[in-house]
Amino acid sequence: MPLTNDTLLNPLLRLENVSKNFPGTSALKNINLEVRAGEVHALFGENGAGKSTLIQIIAGVVRPTYGKIYLNNEEVDIGSVQHARELGISAVFQEFSLIPQLTVEENLFLGSEDLFGPFLKKSNLHQRACDTLKSLGFDLKPEKKVMHLSRAEQQMVEIAKAFRTKPSIMILDEPTASLTEHEADQLYNMIVILKEEGIGVIYITHRTNEIYRIGDRITVLRDGECVDTVTAEDTDEDKLVEMTIGRRIKQVYPDINTSSGRVLLDVNNLKLSKKSHQTVSINVRAGEVVGLAGLVGSGKSQVGRACFGLDKIYKGKISYLHDVIFDSEKKINDLSPRAMLDRGMLYLPSDRRVEGLVMMQNVRENVSLPSLRLSKFSSGFLLNRQSEKDIVGKAAQKMGLNPRSIERPLEHLSGGNQQKVLVAKSLVRDVKLFILDEPTVGVDVGARTAIYGLIKDICEAGSGVLLISSDLSEIVNLTHRAYVMHRGELCAELNQQQLSEQALLNYFFTEQEVNGD
Amino acid sequence: MVTEKTSVFAAKIQSFLTISFVRAGVLPWFLGIAIIGFGLANENFLTERNLFGISRQSTYLVLVAMAQMIVMLTAGLDLSVGVMLAMTSVVSSMTMVSLWSGYGSGWESVLIGCLAGLGASVGIGFINGIGVAFFRVPPFVMTLAMSSIVFGLALTITGGTPIYGVPESFANIFGYGVMAGIPVPVWITAICVSVMYVFINWTPLGRYFYAIGGNIRAARLSGINTRFYLLSAYVLSSAITGIAALLLTARLESGESNIGSNYPLLSIAACAIGGVSLFGGVGRLSNVVLGAIFIILIQNGMNLLRINSYLQMVVIGVLLVVAVIADNFRQQLILTMNE
Repeated sequence: MPLTNDTLLNPLLRLENVSKNFPGTSALKNINLEVRAGEVHALFGENGAGKSTLIQIIAGVVRPTYGKIYLNNEEVDIGSVQHARELGISAVFQEFSLIPQLTVEENLFLGSEDLFGPFLKKSNLHQRACDTLKSLGFDLKPEKKVMHLSRAEQQMVEIAKAFRTKPSIMILDEPTASLTEHEADQLYNMIVILKEEGIGVIYITHRTNEIYRIGDRITVLRDGECVDTVTAEDTDEDKLVEMTIGRRIKQVYPDINTSSGRVLLDVNNLKLSKKSHQTVSINVRAGEVVGLAGLVGSGKSQVGRACFGLDKIYKGKISYLHDVIFDSEKKINDLSPRAMLDRGMLYLPSDRRVEGLVMMQNVRENVSLPSLRLSKFSSGFLLNRQSEKDIVGKAAQKMGLNPRSIERPLEHLSGGNQQKVLVAKSLVRDVKLFILDEPTVGVDVGARTAIYGLIKDICEAGSGVLLISSDLSEIVNLTHRAYVMHRGELCAELNQQQLSEQALLNYFFTEQEVNGD
Repeated sequence: MVTEKTSVFAAKIQSFLTISFVRAGVLPWFLGIAIIGFGLANENFLTERNLFGISRQSTYLVLVAMAQMIVMLTAGLDLSVGVMLAMTSVVSSMTMVSLWSGYGSGWESVLIGCLAGLGASVGIGFINGIGVAFFRVPPFVMTLAMSSIVFGLALTITGGTPIYGVPESFANIFGYGVMAGIPVPVWITAICVSVMYVFINWTPLGRYFYAIGGNIRAARLSGINTRFYLLSAYVLSSAITGIAALLLTARLESGESNIGSNYPLLSIAACAIGGVSLFGGVGRLSNVVLGAIFIILIQNGMNLLRINSYLQMVVIGVLLVVAVIADNFRQQLILTMNE
């Protein structure tokens, strides 16, 4: 839809001085925001900047403390999610609102089923589900159970759910966080269709390249305040980052010196399942950062997990510091998280909520958990809580967390700070080999620079780092060499000269098989 | 002017009450209301003699609630504490009766009887732990099944009749004994609570229980042998229940197979009122102890007011649900205050 004077003067949605106070703190201060018909309006900001609260207000989840909301120039008071939907505002949140045990179509119409008296009109519902999915171009079977779908497919169901009533405002909260490149492309195409239909899209993301690909205007939030609204065309990435964190970051990615030493980890002809045709062989030396790149589902995580004793290995041999710790032929298997921690290996999982952190415990307890048996944390039978407090306090400070916040439960920390806590586990023990699995997914720029700084320190102190990531620029800018995986197989090893985003992308989608050795 | 002042005052009181509720939970309110209410309703309630009695009566539930708490911290539930009490009581008293000659203090038979009883309860806890930790039977099902199995066994052994004839010294010391003005069972319970306090708050093992209940996968990735510690939780819990059972047997001067029937409910209620999460990972020992004392206090108060035992069951059930509702409300308050 072309931008006319009409759409400029009459925005679909207008927020006037919207504020939200929670007891003791104000989450949002005097936000002014305009969403026009047919534009993608990106919300950008660090974790905790107030983006979530803002979209929750628009979607009717919470009410503003004061301020006015106009929809088509009429003041509205959005009382509930249901009310918002009736007004034509649909939201797709990061936390899926799907019931895993129900089918796709049951989920799509949950709460607004077609009824014949007290009975469900099942054939009607099925037809409507098929129509909705087809109109969005999603290749999903309506009768499939949601628990059997991939995360990307679940995301599609969630989006389709937002479309069961015709929206005029669509809120997408980091929709591509769990999608593969290909699936993200599909989503972008869909957004183009939405724009053409005159729908205003509010899009939250941490990825700047995404903003430049689909965004029209960007509103930057910081500490609950609106910094500015700018057009995507006239704002470069450095400027955007500066607006976001309020200061200029010289470099997001630090230069890391390498002192390639002895081989720490040597994975030889590893086969994770019977099905895979090829084997994986990688090694990591002391004093270098090695990347393991690939799309979500390419099997890169499993390699890291297997080395830490988390995933089963079908065949192969793993040596660590000249000891053979796994050999399927000689029936050697010394792999277990405890044993690997004792040998100085630390693996940090990609999903901090599911596997990384104990959310109801505080920062101190989480950081020290893997290391409680060390003499600095406990002597004999008893814990040394004072020394625990001191050591974790220092680690927290190093990660840029407020040392006083170490007694706060993790549930009350922002996502970026939670990720800092996860990474801080490496600071309270000796780590010879550090395996990080997608350490910066859904994390703001400030936390990212802190995590990259830690990787630099660890590497330059002579330890090895294996960085498992699907973030291209992370791999290109941080690692000294990188392996690429595709569909469970190793397809390339690239040295620093060969590393570029284009080269990686080629291998991500490669069909021919190249042996990495 | 005046109304403005009072409204400011009222707002201050309201925020103070809200904050103290969020900090300490529902238990201090329950306790305060109960003490004031019963104190006003019955003059005998706040007498030294009655409070002395309450302290002795509450020892058994304090111990069992503590045992329940350990299991609940690991996101489990132990419905077999009742039959553990029964089996320990039966085994220990039968052993004592068969070993005691009838003359003298019989301390050897008391010692062996106690060990046999503890062995029985730890055995039950061990089987619970194996089922939960190694065969991944849900704790609810495992301990429910166990309570049927063990109750059946206890009835079979005793034929349903009490076992009399334990050495008098056993009852005199562990049932009715007083040391330095304080009942022996209270001493023993106080020691158990102190040891448990140190264990839960000052040892890695205690920390691991919280971590396993909070997020078992994160605990495993932190190098914690989750199976071993789950098993330990059930074993430790059963040992504490065993101690409670021995004290109860001494008090009753007999072994009985149906002494524990209301303990699963009461111990879970004490934990829930004390703020232990039913989903694991959250709970404080001091509050659980207070929760158990609160329940005994309520029962004692109602006895003084001659409220019959059937109605007492209704009151306990209502309190349990009210406590959980209040805690949910508290969680919501915390959430809004932190955003």
